[in-house]
Amino acid sequence: MKHLTLAAGLLMATSVVAQTPVLSVYAPDYFTSEWGPGPSIEAAFEETCACDLQFSPGDLLPRLMLEGPSTDADIVIGLNTDITKKARSTGLFAPHGQNNADLDLPIAWTDDVFLPFDWSYVSFIYDATRVTTPLKSFEDLTILPDDQKIVIQDPRSSISGLALVLWVKAVYGDKAADFWARLAPHILTVTKGWSEAYGLFTDGEAAVVVSFNTSPAYHIVAEGDATKKAAIFDEGHYAYFELVAKVAGTDQPELVDQFMAFVMSDAFQSLIPMTNWSYPAAQPVSDWPEAFAALPAPSKAVFHDENTAAALRDVAIEEWRSVLSQ
Amino acid sequence: MKAIPVIAGGLVVMLVLFPLITVWRWAETGSSFSPADWAALRFTVIQSVLSAGVSCVLAIPVARALARRSFWGRSVVITLLGAPFILPVIVAVMGLLAVFGQNGILNTMLAAIGAPSVSIYGLSGVLLAHVFFNMPLVTRMILQGWVAIPSERLRLAESLGLRGWARFRVLEWPMLYNILPSAFGIVFVICLSSFAVALTLGGGPRATTLELAIYQAFRFDFDLGKAAALAMVQLALAGGTAMITVFAAGKDPFAKGLDSAFSATTLAHDGRIIDGVAITLAIIFLGMPFVMIVGHGGGAIFDLPSSVWWAAGRSIAIAVGSTVLCLVFALALARRWGEVIGSAGIAISPLVLGSGLFLMIRPITNPFDWALVITMVMNATLSLPFVLRILRPQAESIRAEYQHLARTIGLGPMAWVRWVLIPRLRRPIGFAAGLTAALSMGDLGVIVLFGTSDHATLPLKLYQLMGSYRMDQASAAAVLLLTLSLGAFWICEYWGRKDA
Repeated sequence: MKHLTLAAGLLMATSVVAQTPVLSVYAPDYFTSEWGPGPSIEAAFEETCACDLQFSPGDLLPRLMLEGPSTDADIVIGLNTDITKKARSTGLFAPHGQNNADLDLPIAWTDDVFLPFDWSYVSFIYDATRVTTPLKSFEDLTILPDDQKIVIQDPRSSISGLALVLWVKAVYGDKAADFWARLAPHILTVTKGWSEAYGLFTDGEAAVVVSFNTSPAYHIVAEGDATKKAAIFDEGHYAYFELVAKVAGTDQPELVDQFMAFVMSDAFQSLIPMTNWSYPAAQPVSDWPEAFAALPAPSKAVFHDENTAAALRDVAIEEWRSVLSQ
Repeated sequence: MKAIPVIAGGLVVMLVLFPLITVWRWAETGSSFSPADWAALRFTVIQSVLSAGVSCVLAIPVARALARRSFWGRSVVITLLGAPFILPVIVAVMGLLAVFGQNGILNTMLAAIGAPSVSIYGLSGVLLAHVFFNMPLVTRMILQGWVAIPSERLRLAESLGLRGWARFRVLEWPMLYNILPSAFGIVFVICLSSFAVALTLGGGPRATTLELAIYQAFRFDFDLGKAAALAMVQLALAGGTAMITVFAAGKDPFAKGLDSAFSATTLAHDGRIIDGVAITLAIIFLGMPFVMIVGHGGGAIFDLPSSVWWAAGRSIAIAVGSTVLCLVFALALARRWGEVIGSAGIAISPLVLGSGLFLMIRPITNPFDWALVITMVMNATLSLPFVLRILRPQAESIRAEYQHLARTIGLGPMAWVRWVLIPRLRRPIGFAAGLTAALSMGDLGVIVLFGTSDHATLPLKLYQLMGSYRMDQASAAAVLLLTLSLGAFWICEYWGRKDA
């Protein structure tokens, strides 16, 4: 009974707010949390749009597919390039309407549906107090001493784990299985997601972890700790883009376009580095915060377009699984 | 009076099966099982059997020691036995690794004496974690059995001069035979759905369980048909095991005594050293990870932002709701077939159950507005198997003993529960309620699927902190979560033991 009263109260409250148009944005949980970029993006956009931006956190693609065309989402933010093929095939998304030439990325962007809003390079992050010789290539990982172990994410349950497997496949091709066999003795363990792996790394359980080359920026800026370093490999690094897309069936087309333009603006782009700990996608390096501009970065980007990624995925995962299962 | 258990059973079956069928029907066809899926099935069964077996074997000496020794701090030890089970997995893994990991205490000590270091990653790590979680639960279940041996029996055995083996065969074995199969069954079922722990401590894809395959099918391949098929396999395994273990168990071996409460003065004089060793080892094994967790994050707990405390409040509300709901169902279902039905709750993958509920609710109303209520119902369902395992044996004896009498004096169902059932079940109810409350406090569950930013629970906040590099604050949130879970557990237990 009490709950009904409460629900009725909430309903009335929402109907009052409903006077202003609502922009419903689906985003991953880390994005909308108070420690992610969500709240400051919401505040900045609401200043200009005379609307109510509502984030709805959760699993993006599964939820969209469950909801189908009747989804409430107007915008989806936080997808990534390794799953765009599946996302595109749902037919739920419309062209983003922005000029790809305004992007500032290590590769030429041609997708007119999914628009990158931030990016970074998948990298091995190491504790420089323990790993004293800088790691310069994948091969350097295979000669780490026994007390300096690596923790990686499972490509079957983690998007960064999947990116790693695709990266190795891009560098080693047919020899990928052979590389995994040589790396296997140095892998401490495999975790379900990024958080668990990174926790093992900061707890000192592992000396090396798979993350992003922008991760050290957090430790430098927030903790004044410069001992967490990204290993920069000569073979090049897998570029990891986070994407925003417009839902075709939106009932707020103008607001949605306004938001997509906002994503490309300096107001949005400047919020990204310090809240999402990644590079902004539409800003020249000269506009980046000092700590980001100074981060070591690879000279070469490795990237699979979505068709290649989709074609390689199952093979690459199975290779990884069968070698590491032995 | 007959109708109530049937209705409750029907509701639980519906709650588990309808979502599963909904997902199944929504998905057109799932892809077939790959060799990797079969490998996952094999590993899942092997690790579950071993985890359950080791947990039960190790629990016997500890429970026996606790039953017949009285020492300072005994009740604290018994309460703390509930603690590992209710730890959120991510926190538990951190605690275990702080003790047994590469840089853990164990390896530091080994290095100090010049011994080679040990690595726990592998099947041994999976077993270590599962025994850490479940052995205390089994210990508690057996301890309940030991405590329920009527004191007249103990005195009789004493005056007949039964010692050692004879005493074990007459008094203890029938009790163990009544409790152990079902304890083995529940641990087996819990370990079936293990995923993050098994993978992390298993050291890699060797340790792939069915739940990981479900997760992959759901999140990455979005192959709901396959997710549902895998969930069905898991459910069948759990249901089959529950059926076998529940019905294989011996009947409650003892005619009632004078219905008097157990007195802590136990009568065994032999085996003091063995009991001491068992208790000491158990305390060290179970306690050290906690010491490490609290030492790691305890200092920063009051620096946590207010949003974390609000989330804690929400988690408490969910815990209270789930506990009440779960107990209502459990009291109605506390019989053998009820226990089999209830087992479904833990075996069904939360992802599949969540998606099914989502698909069912969506045509009616916005599921996100009901996130907390759904979480409450799901937590109650998940806890039902443990609660039933704990309540059922004694509830059945009480029914056997008093039902006839109650019928003679025309006691109605409400009065039966109020005056006969609850007062005599107080101890197990307290324990079961404590477990449910603590488990729902720490469960991330479907809130991930249904979560909205205004509804974040404490475990979700913990993950958010980790996801944004704030590992130290996450450790502090973990200590807060641990404190609340243990607090809820302690309060319920205290109620159960008060004047009993």
